[in-house]
Amino acid sequence: MLVPTRWLRTYCDPPLETVALAARLTLTGTKDERTYHHGAKTPDHFVVGVVRDVQPHPNADRLRVCIVDVGETDPVTIVCGAPNVAAGQSVAVALPGAELADGRTLTVAKLRGVESNGMILSEQELALGADHSGILVLSDAPAPGTPLDQLIPLGSDVIEFEITPNRPDCLCIYGIAREVHASTNAPLATPPWAQDPGSFDGDAGAVKISVDCPDLCPRFTARVFEDVTIGPSPLWLKARLVAAGMRPISNVVDITNYVMLVTGQPLHAFDLDQIAGGELTVRRGRPGETIETLDGHTHNAGEDLLVICDADGPTSIAGIMGGARSEVSAQTTRVLLEAATWNGANIQRTALRLGLRSEASARFEKGLSPGQTLEALAVATSLLLEHAGARVLPGTIDVGGPGPEPAPITLRSAQISRLLGTEIPEVRCVEILTSLGFAVDGDADVLSVTPPHFRRGDVTREVDLIEEVARMDGLDRLPATLPPRNGAAGRLTPPQQLRRRAEDALAARGLSEIVGWSFTDPALPDRLRYEADSPLRNVVTIENPLSQSLSILRPTLLGSLLDAARANFAHGARGVRLFESGTVYRAADILADEHHGLGALLSGPGGESWRGDPAASDFYAAKALLEAVVGVAGVELSLVGENLPWFHPGRAAIVMANNTRIGLIGEVHPQVTAAWDLELTSAWTINLDILAGLAPEVIHFTAFSGLPPLREDLAIVVPASVTAAEVIETIRRAAGPSLESIELFDVYIGDQIGEGNVSLALHLEYRTADRTLTTQELDAPKAAIHQALAQIGATLRA
Amino acid sequence: MSTLDRIAALESEATAAIAASASVDALAQTRLRYLGRKSELPLLLRAISQLPPEERAAVGAAANRTRQTLEALVSAREGDLASGAISAAEALDVTLPGSPPLPNGHLHLITQTRREIEDVFLGLGFQIAEGPEVELVEYNFDALNTDATHPSRARSDTFYIDDETVLRVHTSPVQVRAMIAQPPPLYVIAPGRVFRPDNDATHAPQFHQIEGLAVDEGVTLADLKGTLLAFARQIFGDQREVLLRPHFFPFTEPSVEVDVSCFNCQAGYLRDGSRCPLCKGSGWLEVLGAGMVDPNVFAYVAEHGYDPERVTGFAFGMGIERIAMLRHGVPDLRLYFDNDLRFLGQFGAR
Ligand SMILES: [Zn+2]
Repeated sequence: MLVPTRWLRTYCDPPLETVALAARLTLTGTKDERTYHHGAKTPDHFVVGVVRDVQPHPNADRLRVCIVDVGETDPVTIVCGAPNVAAGQSVAVALPGAELADGRTLTVAKLRGVESNGMILSEQELALGADHSGILVLSDAPAPGTPLDQLIPLGSDVIEFEITPNRPDCLCIYGIAREVHASTNAPLATPPWAQDPGSFDGDAGAVKISVDCPDLCPRFTARVFEDVTIGPSPLWLKARLVAAGMRPISNVVDITNYVMLVTGQPLHAFDLDQIAGGELTVRRGRPGETIETLDGHTHNAGEDLLVICDADGPTSIAGIMGGARSEVSAQTTRVLLEAATWNGANIQRTALRLGLRSEASARFEKGLSPGQTLEALAVATSLLLEHAGARVLPGTIDVGGPGPEPAPITLRSAQISRLLGTEIPEVRCVEILTSLGFAVDGDADVLSVTPPHFRRGDVTREVDLIEEVARMDGLDRLPATLPPRNGAAGRLTPPQQLRRRAEDALAARGLSEIVGWSFTDPALPDRLRYEADSPLRNVVTIENPLSQSLSILRPTLLGSLLDAARANFAHGARGVRLFESGTVYRAADILADEHHGLGALLSGPGGESWRGDPAASDFYAAKALLEAVVGVAGVELSLVGENLPWFHPGRAAIVMANNTRIGLIGEVHPQVTAAWDLELTSAWTINLDILAGLAPEVIHFTAFSGLPPLREDLAIVVPASVTAAEVIETIRRAAGPSLESIELFDVYIGDQIGEGNVSLALHLEYRTADRTLTTQELDAPKAAIHQALAQIGATLRA
Repeated sequence: MSTLDRIAALESEATAAIAASASVDALAQTRLRYLGRKSELPLLLRAISQLPPEERAAVGAAANRTRQTLEALVSAREGDLASGAISAAEALDVTLPGSPPLPNGHLHLITQTRREIEDVFLGLGFQIAEGPEVELVEYNFDALNTDATHPSRARSDTFYIDDETVLRVHTSPVQVRAMIAQPPPLYVIAPGRVFRPDNDATHAPQFHQIEGLAVDEGVTLADLKGTLLAFARQIFGDQREVLLRPHFFPFTEPSVEVDVSCFNCQAGYLRDGSRCPLCKGSGWLEVLGAGMVDPNVFAYVAEHGYDPERVTGFAFGMGIERIAMLRHGVPDLRLYFDNDLRFLGQFGAR
């Protein structure tokens, strides 16, 4: 909302500079977005002049040398290029020293050899419009030398305010003036609608208005004007429109815009002679109907569109834009001026659907008060009578009426301090509410407060009144205290703690965390080679995505990890080690099946050392990280080999924690890495929610023995089909309770042990809690181990 | 000179000679000179029988003590010289990088910032509540006093899964779920990912919020101010102040926008007198929205013990990306989601 301060100050003029005024209003809830100056910086050196004589320029065909009376003893010489300049005209003159709107300061200058002592101004140079074809000729101008600013406001500070959607009453100059009054105590002028030359007795030219859908049009008021002369608006009115960001067109249209800016109520002027049948109906559109709007576009009406019709069908889209057919034109002499209240939500939907947002719809969509209609008609009537030569017919059409009076609201002073945490004296509350236009009654801690009509939508409850009191009394005066926090105990839940520790474990091992997009491409399941019947294809689809390639929610973290890896290689990274901790989504009957996933990806060489090979991004490198994370949770990890389409065959597994499936790990399938332009890449993804459920909340102490263990190394040869886990499990089961730990420390494959075999070397430690074991005591478990190993095809290695 | 004096003189002479022996060989010579079979000290011991009987014991003890002392000095000096020989041979270039390398990884700046803010509120007694990102329209809008015709519900402003399900546009529905799950007193923050269909340098279709909710007997707007002041000072520095400006949100009444005094300047201007680029000369940074919980929001959870005549509450919400942008000078929201290691690596492992 652009508010020229000169205009504003005609209604309320506090002793504050523009910047201080803007700051004050910001603190009471009308936030200034920006403050700037419109037009000439100062009115100095702009005067009325009278052209006494015009002579051709000796050196230029298109220039004229004018002798202009500017109220001084001697007239001045001004060189002028305008074709319409003529002797006898009253004109707007900028004298040397004038600061023009574009920032230039005018000086005495020689134009093709003739000295020019000023400039005769066009409308454009005065910021009154786009016309720069010729100079502005003033009619009924005062004497030469009169400061031009007395005719035309030459410049004004402008404050752009952010108006919150609950305050449509502030979408006008007088509404802002009311706020200025309440927040500064400066006196407020009577509203411009206090004098209404119109009347309410009469049939307003017997024009008939029907409203078929009062829910969408609570009030429709109108007046009829005859003998209208279409022409230019007065200069002061044009200047105010331009300063407020609107373009002057012609008196009738300008007056409707001006009235909207000052009262907040949009108006529409119909050429009454172009209304077929001379009557209007407000109704929903009908299938197949079309309407051509003022901007030349044709729209399909349809049932959700509210239209104003005459005998020939729709002639205007209610509250949004007038129709071409009944537009006011230069020939118009009879005007039907409409001021109506529309259902805000309906206007908003329509404006959005048609892509037609206008100054009018922006106001209507917030829901205006029906009381504003007659205020606007009153101001418009005065202006049309004065500036368009119009005669108003007796009577005012009013369909719907003002609606019920706002009901009084009880305000308890105890509630004010209960909600705000500070006392505001009752007398101050009364003062604030009265200054905002509320009627206040009652005493002794309980007030009865009735909102003015223009706040009826926004203030309906005690708490709304408390907000009014609080914002005007000054939130800056509130103390800063802490809440009582009865029974509060701030702590992370065990799953939240685990999430942090798992992330920290990976970051501490050199991985960088990424934050990927929740949105992904519906082609991702194909690119990851998911089987046709994979449950992972059960994705959540967005109805209105930003683009087709971002139209599903990710069913895995693998996609964003691969994307981030590719992007970093493209930027010149040599190896990447990434992880992501975030939500993964699958479709479900209600909402989505979401879990907090943790995924890691290694691609390319790991950290290179000057004394060793870089770590490979292979399966075991990924598994080591997985062991670290699962170890943080305090649960036991095991992997079960499984072929998964997006992983390398034979190099993938299901991740089990305490025998519960929590995720998948593998070297990424070469076709997948090729699709992402990657070399050897390994990755895993786990469900942290499940892992958190498995983690012990409290770890209980386990006694350990102070006695020395007996150590034994064991080297065996087994067929490659037997896994290390099977060997260890076999040994553990056969050895009995004295075997405390097994650690695999070497794996060998080679000629010495025969093809298809693998040699494993293990450290075994035996210990009992109560006594030192003797070597002889190991004979029995060792024999059992050897026997059990033989059964799975293992032989001892010499 | 008595024999005892001679022994003392020998000891001090030999001690100096041992210390002065600069090599293993030289030390061997020194040893031979003072402790060898034909050196003076053993000769004195052997000649002990020629002394008067009353002197023999004292001389014998002194000679033995001196011999032990010198033997110990020789062997200590031997150790020093030997280790010197090893270090010379096995010197390292201590300037080579550590190996194997153990580089730090990095938590994402969003995670770091989120955790810091979480920790502030954990310290103030708030717990962390979580909820689904794919959310019911009912919890995302209806329960939060958002009118059925409110523009934020439009498909231009909200991602829909179907007519009843959306991607949450704020983490406020988590607060509704928290109220349904637990009667007051309730002190929670809800951090998490939210979604809106915008995409430019200052709007991403996904971003992260932290919202807070405190409901208790006697919670006031002044308490909101104090809580946010504590937050502002812990995140932006001890000298910060907060400014509450009246605003409008459907789910709070009164509603405020909260500015934090700019940490980059003095009242809008830098030391050199130029206008502060961070706060654009205003001296204040717009950081979050807040207010007192609207009675209509309590009405939605009335059956769970939320009676606006008994309890009051405040709520606030802030964008994690925005806080991090302000603190770290991140110029473009898209950097957060590009996951470029040259960005990720700038913010230390924490
Ligand atoms: Zn600043």
